[in-house]
Amino acid sequence: MIGVYHPGSSVLHRMPALAKLALLAATVTATALVGSLPALGIVAAATLGLFALARIPVRVAWRQVSPILWVLAFAVPVQWIFAGWEAAATMGVRLVLAVALAAVYTMTTQVSATLDAMQVLLRPFARWIDPDRVGLALALAIRCVPLLADLVREVLEARKARGAEGSLTALAVPVIVRTLRTADHLGEALMARGVDD
Amino acid sequence: MSAIRFEGVSHRFDGELVVDDVSLELTERRIGIVGANGSGKSTLARMINGLVTPTSGTVTVDGLDVARHGREVRRRVGFVFTNADTQIVMPTVREDVAFTLRRHRLDAATATARVDAVLDRFGLAELADRPAHRLSGGQKQLLALAAVLVGEPAIVVADEPTTLLDARNARRIAEHFATLDEQLVVVSHQLELLESFDRVIVMEAGRIVADDAPEPALDAYRALIG
Ligand SMILES: Nc1ncnc2c1ncn2[C@@H]1O[C@H](COP(=O)(O)OP(=O)(O)OP(=O)(O)O)[C@@H](O)[C@H]1O
Ligand SMILES: [Mg+2]
Repeated sequence: MIGVYHPGSSVLHRMPALAKLALLAATVTATALVGSLPALGIVAAATLGLFALARIPVRVAWRQVSPILWVLAFAVPVQWIFAGWEAAATMGVRLVLAVALAAVYTMTTQVSATLDAMQVLLRPFARWIDPDRVGLALALAIRCVPLLADLVREVLEARKARGAEGSLTALAVPVIVRTLRTADHLGEALMARGVDD
Repeated sequence: MSAIRFEGVSHRFDGELVVDDVSLELTERRIGIVGANGSGKSTLARMINGLVTPTSGTVTVDGLDVARHGREVRRRVGFVFTNADTQIVMPTVREDVAFTLRRHRLDAATATARVDAVLDRFGLAELADRPAHRLSGGQKQLLALAAVLVGEPAIVVADEPTTLLDARNARRIAEHFATLDEQLVVVSHQLELLESFDRVIVMEAGRIVADDAPEPALDAYRALIG
């Protein structure tokens, strides 16, 4: 769900993030309550319609939804054995729909819009928690994923180049040291960019 | 131009003296700082916006004591780091530039217009919605500079902003520096970047050993490092 925003100007892209979040929550709840396969079929068709409306290419959509199929490959047979094919199919379709709907949301919504929406939702609790801080913490958490991924990849490469492939120390020590140093730099940059204001 | 003033400034890290009794008044438009590794350049540059507080002496920007008025000073002083990766906070290019404006509390239309203008100026408009972490190194440094300038600082301090870039991207950053109206303080080992500056300061072991026009100062530095 990181960095998957798919730029566009469709109705879905322009819809306020809060409205989209509300719709997403309502639809996912509805699919959880609806039991019949035909009804879920209608929701599935509507979901496909949403992908088309947002003009998301099939390939891009597939990349978002396909990981859940690995889970289903395991969960559906188990469910089939213990609860019958209909329960298994219902569960499978529900899960795929939930992931697909969430994907429509993340692909049509910039992270900053989600953060702004979160801050609006948190406003009633502003006496106890600072919505700005929460928003920033989330943004940083999202930012740190590619940063850490790069760092680990570089350390793995360095370890390989120095012929220490099997060594856990040669992985853990540099990763920890560099993570701390990166955190230091990020802290400085945040200060320079006025986060303490 | 703004005035950056160091008065009897010293700094120690764990007892080790890394900036040794520096007094300076920086009023020129473009000022370069050179010196060997570990001579104290970064420490000196960081003092201008309060990332480092001197152990003794005072640093002031337009009369504001950096140690006491850090926030106001940081609004006037933009800082460009060597590694743009650790300066980028938000997921996409546009969002990261806009992040700087959060503290300015502008209305949405003004903020968007300012972000768009800066993205345009740095040739980042087509990349606006791309994930910032997937830009090339040169594009990342342009983004870092754009994100600093959108805040309209009076002074830009840059610590080795071109060290990680290839010659072409380094030149692009240099060209942008040449067009800036802001006062500029640049730490660099790439001496040609500083040749067109107004003043160059040479540091050695925490002290200022030369402070002159670029040509004589850079000659003195070359003689020093042999
Ligand atoms: N956070 C720190 N803690 C302890 N010592 C530090 C710290 N930062 C810098 N130093 C030390 O202070 C001295 C000056 O460092 P500084 O980074 O200012 O040098 P520099 O001139 O920028 O060097 P370079 O050209 O390598 O960037 C060095 O000996 C360095 O080891
Ligand atoms: Mg340095």
